[in-house]
Amino acid sequence: MIRRVIRFLDTRTGSAPLLRKTLRYAFPDHWSFLLGEVALYAFVVLVATGIYLTFFFEPSTAQTVYHGAYRPLQGMEMSKAYASVVHISFDVKAGLLIRQTHHWAADVFIAAIVLHLIRVFFTGAYRKPRELTYLIGVMMLFAALLEGYLGYSLADDLLSGMGLAIGYAVAMSIPFVGANLSLLIWGHPFPGDPSFWPRMYIGHVLFLPVLIGGLLAAHLALVASRHHTQFRRPTIPSERKLIGIPTFPGQVPRSLGLMIAVAGVLVLLGGLVQINPIWLWGPYHVYDGTNGAQPDWYLGWLIGALRLVPHFDVVVWNRTLVPNPFWGGALFPLVVLTALLTWPWVERRFTGDRRAHNVLDRPRDAPVRTAIGAGFLSLVVMIFLAGASDRALVFLGISYISQVWAYRIGVWIVPILIGFVTWRFCLALRAMEEVQAEQEAAVRSAQPD
Amino acid sequence: MNESNGRSRWKLVLVMALAFLRGIRRREEREPIVEERGGDRRAEMVVALLLLAAAACAVMFVVVYALDWDNLTQWLGLCLGASLLLIAAALIYAGETFVPTEELVEEYPAIEHPEEQEAIEQIGRESVAGFTRKRLLVGAASAAGAALGIALVVPAASFGPFLDTESFYYSPWRRDRRLVDEEGKPYRAEDIEYDTFYTAFPEDAYREELAAALVVVRVAPDELEMPPGREHWAPEGIVAYSKVCTHAGCAVALYRKPLFAPAEPSPALVCPCHYSTFNPADGGSVIFGPAGRDLPQLPLLVDSEGELRAAGNFSAPVGPSFWGVRTRRPTA
Repeated sequence: MIRRVIRFLDTRTGSAPLLRKTLRYAFPDHWSFLLGEVALYAFVVLVATGIYLTFFFEPSTAQTVYHGAYRPLQGMEMSKAYASVVHISFDVKAGLLIRQTHHWAADVFIAAIVLHLIRVFFTGAYRKPRELTYLIGVMMLFAALLEGYLGYSLADDLLSGMGLAIGYAVAMSIPFVGANLSLLIWGHPFPGDPSFWPRMYIGHVLFLPVLIGGLLAAHLALVASRHHTQFRRPTIPSERKLIGIPTFPGQVPRSLGLMIAVAGVLVLLGGLVQINPIWLWGPYHVYDGTNGAQPDWYLGWLIGALRLVPHFDVVVWNRTLVPNPFWGGALFPLVVLTALLTWPWVERRFTGDRRAHNVLDRPRDAPVRTAIGAGFLSLVVMIFLAGASDRALVFLGISYISQVWAYRIGVWIVPILIGFVTWRFCLALRAMEEVQAEQEAAVRSAQPD
Repeated sequence: MNESNGRSRWKLVLVMALAFLRGIRRREEREPIVEERGGDRRAEMVVALLLLAAAACAVMFVVVYALDWDNLTQWLGLCLGASLLLIAAALIYAGETFVPTEELVEEYPAIEHPEEQEAIEQIGRESVAGFTRKRLLVGAASAAGAALGIALVVPAASFGPFLDTESFYYSPWRRDRRLVDEEGKPYRAEDIEYDTFYTAFPEDAYREELAAALVVVRVAPDELEMPPGREHWAPEGIVAYSKVCTHAGCAVALYRKPLFAPAEPSPALVCPCHYSTFNPADGGSVIFGPAGRDLPQLPLLVDSEGELRAAGNFSAPVGPSFWGVRTRRPTA
């Protein structure tokens, strides 16, 4: 029977040689290689839950009066978009489970991408011949950030409206063309033309998912074509040969197990841990705001950057050349993106290393890279923490203004300090290894054969 | 029927029989691909039990859904999540115990293919070798590509009136328009108390636009320090500002008075998004936070009935800054 299916497929598609190779493709075994897989599986959950939600969500700002199961909002006027999300949460059986699972999956998706990126950076996995794989990965991260932002903006609750206002201000702040650009996107000054909601919706459910899906396919195809990297193995010439578990049967139960585990954890979170209870925030109005407004975690670094910039617009002859939100909301992420995209070539330029690498570095093997990476990471993390300084005010009672000043100064000093300490630490680790190796060699040579 | 025909039939049978035998023999002789890993009766049992438990949880999910239990979301999440995790556990445990997981040693693929590279280059070179007017063709093709590219992008202009920035200077406020509360009731000057703030809207106007909403607070007359030219904008010390932050367009929804004394003693209007902090006593100047320009102020007057009315339009366009935000005041 199996033979007949294989034969049918092979004669129609000619794919038996490819399939055979795929089945015996070797996966090196290391826990940190699973981070990318977690991201992939979170994406699968996002697509599945997202499709379900599209059947109930209404991307419209037309006003309606709420009549549903949630009493506190009864009779309140609100947009159809917001009403439909409340409807999903209270009147659609299993709707809240799917919605919360979708939201959790988005948070986990981006967290997994970031951790995967950190792993790839500190092990030098992005080096030749895998620079394109890396570039595509970085692009996916930024597409995912935008996708997540659009997703939680669509609900048209108070928090999402505040987030959109900030996005609008950042678009407006682009020198020269900001106002024109935001008219092009929003169709009208904020909160925009009614057509803005369907535009955002099609971006969230079609353009960006298809873009991410396409990048994902290219990313995986490139991984497969260059094969996985691996850590050095003493038993083989590791640059030429790799040791790994074949796709089938060895890898399949593990990867499939991981996928289903990721889905299981996300569903458990979606069922048991409340996330974004939009019915508590209420519908958005331009004139409403709330204190302690925090976006999803992955936008925290942008909130922090927007908050830290001191109060100035760059004005030349009465013309506002650079409105303030540009620095934190547009330039900062652009700098991070550019730094990430160009890093493989910058490193090549400075090390002069043009060889291909299949073997990963341990972070200590490349002290300068590790130091730069740690410094850069600490910079982004500090700015991220600055985005939560109002929470620190509420919970710890530390003056907000003092915190902001501490961060404003700290972001110039701490990354350099951390980079330096990391560099020394890597060198010390290497020196220790050398001493150990010498000792072992001495012990060996002292022993008579 | 002749003899040769009969003989050839025998020959055919013989050949087929041989082929059959060889086939069997070859199948028997094939080298194993997957390295065997001995069975594990106990582990297989555990996996089967895990899978059955997963099935039970999935059935439970359906039951909970159908019976519409209380705390439905939690029960559904628990059943489905448990079912998935049990299957995951079964798979991973099977992988660890009895599914063959031999280690393969494989060659990395060649980093590059110099011959193919050369061939590709050669194909490209030879394909255009006979062209006599290469430069002309390249130029014409570039022109066609660029022009077509622009033509295809142009319809995007229909997305919005992107050249008409006049709408950024619009404001529903004009002289004598009354300030009303959320219910549409006009504010009277005596309604405005110290130490709190009020949200006001233009009477009979659409509220869901940036220039509509105001924050109104009362400042002690001796603390007022209005900029020159605005001396009469704050009757009885009542001041009105746009409620939309000039930094990122959020609503300025916090009034710092007198809560933060003595650490941060001056009263201030604060935006909760990035904590831009404005001084209501001196025309809305920025005290702290990222906002790059003052909060636009609306001049007020108290009419003969004691009600608050606008005495003109905002001191500057409302909302986030842009290229022309400092060029003129808004108009109705």
